[in-house]
Amino acid sequence: MSIALAGQPNCGKSTIFNTIAGYKAITSNFPGTTVKYTETKTLINGTTCLCIDLPGTYSLTSGDPAELEARRHLLSGEVDVIINVVDASLLCRSLELTLQLLELEAPMVLCLNMMDEAQRKGINIDAQKLSEILGIPVIPSIATTGKGLKELFNEVMKVWEEKKKRKPLKFSKDIEEIINELVSILLPKRLVEEKIPSRFLALKLLENDQFFIHEINQFKNIFHQVKPLQERLEQAHGVPSDEVISSERHALAMNLFEQVSKVIHPPKKDIRIAIDQWVMHKFFGYLILVGVFYGFFNFIFGIGKFVEEPMMGVFDQWIGWLEGFFGKGTLSLFLSKGVLQGIAGGIAIVLPYLVPFLIGLSFLEDLGYLPRVAFLMDVFMHRIGLHGKSIIPFILGYGCSVPAVMATRILEFPQHRFIVSILATMIPCAARITIIFALVAFFISPNAALAIFALNILVVAISGKILSTFYPEPGSLGLILEIPAYQLPSVLNTLKKSWYRIREFIVIAWPILILGSALLALMEYFGVERYVNWFFSPLTHLLGLPVSVGTTLIFGLLRKELSMIMLTQALGTTQVLTVMTKTQVMVFTVFVTFYIPCLATIAALWREIGRKGALLAILFTLSVAILIALVTRIFFGIFPLW
Amino acid sequence: MTTLPQVHENNKAKVIDIQGGQRMRQRLGEMGIHPGDIVTILRYGALRGPILIEIHGSQVALGRGIASKILVEEVE
Repeated sequence: MSIALAGQPNCGKSTIFNTIAGYKAITSNFPGTTVKYTETKTLINGTTCLCIDLPGTYSLTSGDPAELEARRHLLSGEVDVIINVVDASLLCRSLELTLQLLELEAPMVLCLNMMDEAQRKGINIDAQKLSEILGIPVIPSIATTGKGLKELFNEVMKVWEEKKKRKPLKFSKDIEEIINELVSILLPKRLVEEKIPSRFLALKLLENDQFFIHEINQFKNIFHQVKPLQERLEQAHGVPSDEVISSERHALAMNLFEQVSKVIHPPKKDIRIAIDQWVMHKFFGYLILVGVFYGFFNFIFGIGKFVEEPMMGVFDQWIGWLEGFFGKGTLSLFLSKGVLQGIAGGIAIVLPYLVPFLIGLSFLEDLGYLPRVAFLMDVFMHRIGLHGKSIIPFILGYGCSVPAVMATRILEFPQHRFIVSILATMIPCAARITIIFALVAFFISPNAALAIFALNILVVAISGKILSTFYPEPGSLGLILEIPAYQLPSVLNTLKKSWYRIREFIVIAWPILILGSALLALMEYFGVERYVNWFFSPLTHLLGLPVSVGTTLIFGLLRKELSMIMLTQALGTTQVLTVMTKTQVMVFTVFVTFYIPCLATIAALWREIGRKGALLAILFTLSVAILIALVTRIFFGIFPLW
Repeated sequence: MTTLPQVHENNKAKVIDIQGGQRMRQRLGEMGIHPGDIVTILRYGALRGPILIEIHGSQVALGRGIASKILVEEVE
């Protein structure tokens, strides 16, 4: 059997999913973290269940691609039981989706999640009464502590065994009449596939839902019968037909909310509101924003440097031993050195910066700080022709470009998704951040690394301005973003989530690093790397880099970390400054930060914005990288700061 | 009657009408904002940035453009 978790964004679907799946879906305190569904097979009371974590949807009306994905899945007929997860502290608004889910007439269980939060707000909910009115089981829970989840899944199994269809709640009499009229038109035409309930389709048509209107467009006579019914609704209520239906649902939800909930005491004086007085303040908000990121930067650098220095010393010593053991110039020396450098690169260079970065990012995500950043940055995003929601893919881009590109699904317009996905790949991902830290901050100075981050933001902003003039977006609505309450992240969840991302480096990237490093050693031994470097020499000459870095740029396409690890090998030393000037280190890092996205990202771009889009992204980032690296070279030529 | 951005911080207002297309009504409706609802203006962002409001217990940030299309009536 299969179970789908459906609910509004940020209500804890992924948290519930993770408790039964182990950590598989990224959770954060940010509406819209899940943009594609994750599924897992699990055993519940002896039955194998396929459990699907759907993207959060505020409603079942056509919206952005992430929402359509959820609706498509619910209508596919492959879902046996729906678990409607609801944030109990936002019950009134959430019930509107619940009413729409009931219109699907499928077996359903309501999970009243975040009961602790509701209590803090002083809301007491009568789950029994709610269950009686809705005609479905209602289970209170606190997913973060696992409370109520066992009961939830027991109830799911019971509902599945009963296989009873559910009845949606009725609207006002005059509206029901019109719905019934449309149903009687739809039914005999066999238009309604068995999976889509006729009442649901009738409602969507009356709501003027573009997706379904388009679907029935081919049946001209039906299409012509829908319009007069819409008009009758409009005349009777004096507002557009979609508003008639949505107001009706809203009224039902409000009424339901009043019947089942009681405000027993005013919300406890919430320190979180006082915090927002500062965090979202017109002036101090930005000061805090800068402070948070500066603190984050120093946190990563402090830990990274503390670990990198002694570890590199150890590995340098081992490489010295290898030379003594195998003798200079032998194949076994080249090969073992290559492998050892790959291993060392992972342990001594990448992980020391990656681990604190990912832990810090998880913490900020779970805390709920990022939507506040979107609020503060909205006005600046507008200046570059985007809007506040685009900050979400950008921030995710600092983790990894692949989820960043995928997160563009929360944007409504293709033009918008196109621009933001290209820009998001230019944001330094965790791999490139380690390069900036391990090369620039470590060998030059932390301020130089900060300058690269600042330069990056500037270049992304200018690129955004340029791209948005070429691809203007049609009548964007502007920002409508829920700002969720802060949540104190649990240590366990932060660690699990960081581990989920670190593991990706260890099992996928690291082996590639070691293999790549060994491959480069072999190329060096057989003298092949000379040809590659020769091929790249026009570029390396232009940028004033040592010719031997040419190969590292090719490897960087596989994994960005490779560029750096290869660098130490291509140069033949971990003491980079003995063979490269500080200017060269800067130019190299700037180039690597911007140039062509890695293979995994190109694949993601291909999926999201098509082949042409991916190709354009490659050309665009390559030109930007060459231009900015050249500017960097010229800048330090004129102002020799070291 | 006035538009949402005319209401002062910490004041409440009742939504009278949403003067936008179907998509805007839908998006706002999903956030729980319908004609007849009461919203509290929590704060204004800097430099004509978004407006933060409270509606049915949740906080929502609205761009100035959208907010100026929401007709409201100040209450008390």
